[in-house]
Amino acid sequence: MIPAAFDYLVPSTVDEAVRLLADAGEEAKIIAGGQSLIPVLRLRLADPGKLIDLGRIPELRGIRDDGDAIVIGAMTTHYDVQRDPLVHDHASLLRLATDTVADPQVRHQGTLGGAVVHADPAGDLLAPVLALDAELVVCGMDGRRSVAAKDFFVDYFTTALRPEEILVEVRIPKHTGWGAHYEKFNRVAQAWSIVAVAATVRAENGVITDARVALTNMSSIPVRAHAVEAALIGGPASPGAITSAAAHAAEGTRPTSDTNADSTYRQHLARVLTSRALTAAVGA
Amino acid sequence: MRITVTVDGTAYTDDVEPRLLLVHYLREVVGKTGTVVGCDTSNCGSCTVHLDGRSVKSCSVLAVQADGREVTTVEGLARDGELHPVQRAFHDNHALQCGFCTPGMIMQAIDLLADDPDPDERAVRHGLEGNLCRCTGYQNIVRAVRDAAHRMRPGAGPEAERVAGQMVGGE
Ligand SMILES: Cc1cc2nc3c(=O)[nH]c(=O)nc-3n(C[C@H](O)[C@H](O)[C@H](O)COP(=O)(O)OP(=O)(O)OC[C@H]3O[C@@H](n4cnc5c(N)ncnc54)[C@H](O)[C@@H]3O)c2cc1C
Ligand code: FES
Ligand code: FES
Repeated sequence: MIPAAFDYLVPSTVDEAVRLLADAGEEAKIIAGGQSLIPVLRLRLADPGKLIDLGRIPELRGIRDDGDAIVIGAMTTHYDVQRDPLVHDHASLLRLATDTVADPQVRHQGTLGGAVVHADPAGDLLAPVLALDAELVVCGMDGRRSVAAKDFFVDYFTTALRPEEILVEVRIPKHTGWGAHYEKFNRVAQAWSIVAVAATVRAENGVITDARVALTNMSSIPVRAHAVEAALIGGPASPGAITSAAAHAAEGTRPTSDTNADSTYRQHLARVLTSRALTAAVGA
Repeated sequence: MRITVTVDGTAYTDDVEPRLLLVHYLREVVGKTGTVVGCDTSNCGSCTVHLDGRSVKSCSVLAVQADGREVTTVEGLARDGELHPVQRAFHDNHALQCGFCTPGMIMQAIDLLADDPDPDERAVRHGLEGNLCRCTGYQNIVRAVRDAAHRMRPGAGPEAERVAGQMVGGE
């Protein structure tokens, strides 16, 4: 199908984009890679009067080293994240999760910022962003502010971004030398996660010194499996310790039931996939 | 809005509505009907073209997003009446039945070979995961891509779109 008509605005700086957004008010929508938005427009599930395209703002694209963190511009494509050496060295969990997103064509166009703001509960990049304690840097007419990932995701497709703000960059504290794995469960190629687990672990001399685990599609927002992390830290990086820690993965979750899986099955998946993810992360 | 897009080596300037999808621009304005539309949900990949040398689903890109950029379609692959090696390999390996998915399969296969000049079977299947074939001819499609890889070595992908050292769509 064909989208309904809209006006199209192409700012060349962040300040200009924010001003256009403030002027346009409710009827405007940001377009990044368009890989979630254009399908929605084609099906006429949304009908914004104005689209503001962030695609021609060079400062929003690219990845830089910022001391104890790496900073990824909101408009950096999935493809560029997959191949970036800084991401590889300091946030390998994000790279591994990005490898599982959609298909090559979508990864060439889709952006990290778009995926984060879209906040689909089945989206694969939310759990890694949460697990890595990322900060989301957003900009509005009053300037920039930084929101911790744990406060950014609010509900299904809803974030702490205010209507007149755009996401500018994703700041990820360096997790250099941490093992990582993203274990995604879906039924067919290019399908969304039924459940997935993002795990990143630091081990020294066979002992787990730090661990972060987050779950995809176990709630309306990504959730941290704090009980799993607590059970792991200070213990051995052994199969037995991993299995008993993973048994806590579904604690406190009340996942949805749908045609793919009911709630109890999702909880079962969370435990099994956490065990797999940790095993791979420790081995890595 | 007025846009200029280089398609298969020729620059086109047109006034388009912002809501026009790139695939409709290619088919209905430029006349490149080799690129087809197979779904309404961005899933099938039959509309795959290259935008600045990388594969995209042209049904999920606005024509205005391609302003100032270069597009290669399946119609821009042959040289002096000679099929591109990937086209030739699809032909020789019977990698199509009805042929509807073929333009997208070929464009994505070329993209895959640009990153991985000698993919094993798994890598081919993974690289083509955004392309669906309703005739379920995947066996021969995989065979064709691997055959093409062997014929093209070295220098697959964008290199194979060059004529005498010049990028198609350049200049
Ligand atoms: C066939 C298909 C399969 C897919 N499979 C998966 C999958 O398995 N896993 C997965 O995680 N994703 C999947 N996706 C979605 C993909 O990851 C998208 O690229 C991503 O969700 C959106 O990124 P985008 O840049 O295309 O954003 P857009 O579609 O342009 O925007 C998405 C939303 O975010 C808003 N937005 C975007 N950027 C900003 C910004 N900087 N500031 C403020 N608002 C902004 C837009 O207004 C819009 O509401 C799939 C998509 C397709 C088409
Ligand atoms: S027509 Fe573009 S993905 Fe199906
Ligand atoms: S050959 Fe018919 S859809 Fe693939």
